[in-house]
Amino acid sequence: MNIPYTVEERPDTGLANGKLGIWLFLASEVMLFGALFSTYIILRVGAPEWPHGELNVWLGAINTVILICSSVTMVMAWVNLKLNDWGKHRLYLIATFVLAGIFLVNKYFEYASHLTRGEGPWHSTFLAIYFTLTGLHGLHIIGGMIVMGYFIGPGASLWKRNPEQFANRIEYTGLYWHFVDLVWIFLFPVLYLL
Amino acid sequence: MTHMDLEKTQKTIKMYLVVGVSLLVFTVITVAVNQVHLAVPAAITVALIIATMKGSMVASVFMHLSHERKWIYGALLLTVVFFIVLMSVPLFTQMDNIGTPMGASNPSHAEPPRH
Repeated sequence: MNIPYTVEERPDTGLANGKLGIWLFLASEVMLFGALFSTYIILRVGAPEWPHGELNVWLGAINTVILICSSVTMVMAWVNLKLNDWGKHRLYLIATFVLAGIFLVNKYFEYASHLTRGEGPWHSTFLAIYFTLTGLHGLHIIGGMIVMGYFIGPGASLWKRNPEQFANRIEYTGLYWHFVDLVWIFLFPVLYLL
Repeated sequence: MTHMDLEKTQKTIKMYLVVGVSLLVFTVITVAVNQVHLAVPAAITVALIIATMKGSMVASVFMHLSHERKWIYGALLLTVVFFIVLMSVPLFTQMDNIGTPMGASNPSHAEPPRH
């Protein structure tokens, strides 16, 4: 069976189905993280005092730099497909995957340093919301890595069969990845600096 | 790919790199401002303004929102409306005085008990 509108645009929306689909998914993600940011505001405004300096700002800043670089490599992976440069596309996609992995390793060390001191989510309201927000964000990083891993590995064969569909899939993966970066851009100042 | 297309793509690549570097510069500024130790309201304002600028750059350039189709703008407009409602919930919670005796302060602003 041939699935319609994976490459060509629908006449009514002017979009391929996948593109509208990923944007609707991202809209639901905005509400998911929005609910948690809203919870953060309620907890912070209601708290008699809010801790400062509990997190390692430099580790958070390094992770911000890593995610920004990964966003650049992701968009370069897509644009090189448009230029028909398969080799560079692979290089940039693998770089994005590796940067995502480095982000998670940093996060592991950050979590470990808290947990070894007995500072888990149960320790304070601040750490509860910190672990919830960064944990959910970390799950999104893992999700992105699974998708990228698929396109680096078994999913790469689609390029030979249908290059346009493959380029579209990489574009949708990129949209998701930039969203994950965007969420971190707000998480970093909210949790580490304020 | 025609010469025009190639030239356009190369311009696009340059723009991606410029935005990437700008995002890194803004991150350095955010951390630098934090080292100055501003008052909390000022620090929150500055940090959120910079984060919003960075977010706008990611959305408009990397996610191509600066030139998208109206269906996507429509979906996002609806999301923005609901997001604003969601962010207003804490405000409504703070303003809610139902059950609080007249003249008494809002319990959420009460001082913590001293031990």
